[in-house]
Amino acid sequence: MSAGAILEVRGVVRSFGGVRAVDGASFAVAPNSITSLIGPNGAGKSTLFNIISGFLRGEAGVVLLMGREIQHLAPHRIVGAGLVRTFQTARALSRLSVLDNVVLAAAGHPGERLSGVLLRRRAARECERDARERASELLRLVRLDRHAGDLAGTLSGGQRKLLDFARALMAEPRILLLDEPMAGVSPPLRAQLLEHILHQRDELGMTFLLVEHDLDVVMRASDRIVVMSAGAVIAEGTPGEIRGDQRVVDAYLGSRP
Amino acid sequence: MTAAPLLEVEGLEAGYGEALVLHGVSLRVGAGEVVSIIGPNGAGKSTFLKTVYGILPARAGSVRFRDEDVTGIRTDRLTRRGLNFVPQTDNVFPTLTIAENLQIGSLAVPRGDRRAAIERIHDLFPLLHERPRQRAGTLSGGQRKLLALARALVTGPDLLLLDEPSAGLSPQAMDQVFEKLVEVNGLGIVIVMVEQNARRALAISDRGLVLDLGRNAHEGSGQNLLHDPKVVELYLGGASVGGASATTASSSTSTSTPGGMKPPT
Repeated sequence: MSAGAILEVRGVVRSFGGVRAVDGASFAVAPNSITSLIGPNGAGKSTLFNIISGFLRGEAGVVLLMGREIQHLAPHRIVGAGLVRTFQTARALSRLSVLDNVVLAAAGHPGERLSGVLLRRRAARECERDARERASELLRLVRLDRHAGDLAGTLSGGQRKLLDFARALMAEPRILLLDEPMAGVSPPLRAQLLEHILHQRDELGMTFLLVEHDLDVVMRASDRIVVMSAGAVIAEGTPGEIRGDQRVVDAYLGSRP
Repeated sequence: MTAAPLLEVEGLEAGYGEALVLHGVSLRVGAGEVVSIIGPNGAGKSTFLKTVYGILPARAGSVRFRDEDVTGIRTDRLTRRGLNFVPQTDNVFPTLTIAENLQIGSLAVPRGDRRAAIERIHDLFPLLHERPRQRAGTLSGGQRKLLALARALVTGPDLLLLDEPSAGLSPQAMDQVFEKLVEVNGLGIVIVMVEQNARRALAISDRGLVLDLGRNAHEGSGQNLLHDPKVVELYLGGASVGGASATTASSSTSTSTPGGMKPPT
């Protein structure tokens, strides 16, 4: 199956102290699409994210990025291969400015733009200027432009998540994994971030895999939804199909009067 | 309001290092109320809670609780006086069991009352009663939020400050937490919460306060704020995106989530 998948997870298993947090999960993500991973708290979604991005090792199973096995790679190698992720609790270099945090996200990324190019100093300066411009644009997007010069450590919890999102986009990954991008983000900004994610997919051909509990966002954004419960994938389909799936309603959505 | 309010915050200023985050925030909370504080990221909502609870020093302004000035009082003393705070993250001891977490909460009440304080909680949270020896770190996100709430309740508070009690929760777990908050309030415990699932929070709130740039921006009853076009546009977002917007606005549209997400009544 899924010959054209950009990301594929096959039979991944991971236990913690006898509890199988991920119990043979398999699914595929098509390129240029938005896939959402949903399920109850404790279903294994974040554990799976950690395995895909190399922060945890699975005990069994395979993770394929553009057809290549990555389950044995270190996180930075996986980033180099084009897969970037954000965290539920955001991470930033708190002693650097907000703008520098974003600029740095591009610098270390061996993307196609720089590959094989021996930079002369002038070219490097131009490259740096471009990076700062792009970083400033991203900060406007997440409404942090007012804080560009502040130390990242002075941002609020929600703002740090937004900074993390801007950093992830700055890296220009082929596929971006977002771990609860909307949690703790104000409602109007959620709408704006959603719009931007859709834009990145439609105009730049980017691929997204998200874990998200905001069902409005999930239903509006997703091309495919993968539902996990107790470490396994229990359903997969379009938003329309998932809405009508009784197993999903029972395990996750809950039957509400 | 007839008698003195339970909590009275006047002109509160606070910040970190050189940055001033709160520029004179005021809030009065009466007996029996649920109050939600909403606003953009970085508006100072969490900072406000932390300053009221004395984790951050107030640079100006005052906090009065039960008609006494408690500005600058140590947090453990505030807890003993009946004012407690549940942070958004790091709110349980992950390596300790459920029972041990609750016991730590009970240290705030007199020795002779501790057992009874924990038993009262067991009626509210049967799940915690069933698995006393489970480590808190192995609980799911929703269960962890409930344990944090339970531990705060063991201290016998009259007023609880909650920082984003529903963040990161699945729809079912979010339902559970909001239902539990209504139940807790029914016991006479006053709740002041910061929430980004703002529609959902306002739906169960007597009153709401919108903070923006560290200042009071709007105030009103929960229902008034939910229907104030300006508040909706600036702070709640369009009808179809944003937390539990399905609570009220989109339940009438065909794109609403399955079964809708009805607010607890």
